Amino acid sequence: MLKIRCPWCGPREEIEFSYGGQAHVAYPRDPASVSDADWAQYLFMRDNPKGVFLERWMHGQGCRRWFNAARHTVTHEIYGTYKPGENPPEVPA
Amino acid sequence: MHKFSFLDLARNALSGHRDWKPFWRDAAPRERYDAIIVGGGGHGLATAYYLAKNHGIRNVAVLEKGWIGGGNTGRNTTIVRSNYLWNESGALYEHALKLWEGLNEELGINLMFSQRGVLNLAHNLGDVRESRRRVEANRLNGIDAEWLTPEQVKAFCPIVDISPTARYPVMGATLQRRGGTARHDTVAWGYARAADALGVDIIQNCEVTGILREDGRVKGVRTTRGTIHADKVGIVAAGHSSVLAAMADIRLPIQSHPLQALVSEPMKPIHPCVLMSNAVHVYVSQSDKGELVVGAGIDSYNSYSQRGSFHIIEHQMAALIELFPIFSRVRLMRTWAGIVDVCPDASPIIAKMPLRGLYLNGGWGTGGFKATPGSGWVFAHTIAHDAPHPLNAAYSLERFTTGALIDEHGAAAVAH
Repeated sequence: MLKIRCPWCGPREEIEFSYGGQAHVAYPRDPASVSDADWAQYLFMRDNPKGVFLERWMHGQGCRRWFNAARHTVTHEIYGTYKPGENPPEVPA
Repeated sequence: MHKFSFLDLARNALSGHRDWKPFWRDAAPRERYDAIIVGGGGHGLATAYYLAKNHGIRNVAVLEKGWIGGGNTGRNTTIVRSNYLWNESGALYEHALKLWEGLNEELGINLMFSQRGVLNLAHNLGDVRESRRRVEANRLNGIDAEWLTPEQVKAFCPIVDISPTARYPVMGATLQRRGGTARHDTVAWGYARAADALGVDIIQNCEVTGILREDGRVKGVRTTRGTIHADKVGIVAAGHSSVLAAMADIRLPIQSHPLQALVSEPMKPIHPCVLMSNAVHVYVSQSDKGELVVGAGIDSYNSYSQRGSFHIIEHQMAALIELFPIFSRVRLMRTWAGIVDVCPDASPIIAKMPLRGLYLNGGWGTGGFKATPGSGWVFAHTIAHDAPHPLNAAYSLERFTTGALIDEHGAAAVAH
């Protein structure tokens, strides 16, 4: 089980959180002018790296707030978590 | 191809079983092939076999980064069925099931294919409506399906708890009698052996590290065993679909997750069928060795590590005991995980890619094993003709742009 540090509540067990997939996928600024291909990118296409992944988590059984994490998808090591609007932590190359 | 027989077994017994021949040649990569299949699991090997057999393309290499049967082919819960909801899925999975029914003879090997029946339990009114609708949809598509009352469920699988006081009472079930299980390793070995006999090179310990491109088309692959040229490359790499597609700068709607499974200690035959429950969330059968084979849901996070979190197992055991109180003192023997490539609509992508000569068969997510023969059949056709077979035309990458999704979350049997 992962131990995840909620930026507001501190370290908690994975079962308190739900997963939100890739972070920093921005909603289109002008939805009415978006092409079908760009909607497909926004709705369905996702990075799926074997390595460091910037991803969203939600502390559902705590403060119920969303935040982001930089986590390695092979070792599961979490390099850091950060609040929306903050920059991701430094990760080893 | 060598034909096994009783005489054969007796002769080899006399020499202490030391003289059995390997199932396939240990091929070294050549410089050029007509087609390269990346991924030596069941789907990749079936693709190579049908390329050689149905389309006469025998100058084919199957590249496997590990060993044959070491990935998801040897990690799944071996369930075979075709009771999917939509026409596109019904046609594809039923084609696969019909191939399964003749596969022992076709591959000349005992796949221990056992059509013991697959039950999908309904525990609430929503389940009942969805299940009965699926039974009717299956029948319209020529797929055998029945609706069972709780008493009929009890008669078919006596150990399941149907008491009305259960936390999640059994309100009925769908039954596909032609569904069942097959021995998964042997499926890979059987296809490898048959493909090898037709001239296909099976190359193990050969990881693809890059895709060669020139003038907008595929020229081959870079591997840990050198560069190999081909004008057609088919990716059949399950959990690593996105990694390989990224080598050709192609983005997929796929996310890779661990999917855990486990087996109990071996017991005498007690569980006669395959039983799945979406609401209580478990699927279980008993192997011929006597172990209960239990599947879980995916871990929520993306991962390539072939291991998952323990709370998933705990949840699985709670579901198992809810349905089968008789198993409360059974001990677990081992757990493991495979990396599954999950698509947003729980249906695969079997299609030409935006790069000429590149094809992808992936996104099978949590339920690819049952489709192995059909998947290889239609993917071989797609590669040979540079155009999809009618059965996989709908399984394009473009469906995520057009919106023509094939939503099979309901028939995926347990929510993932």
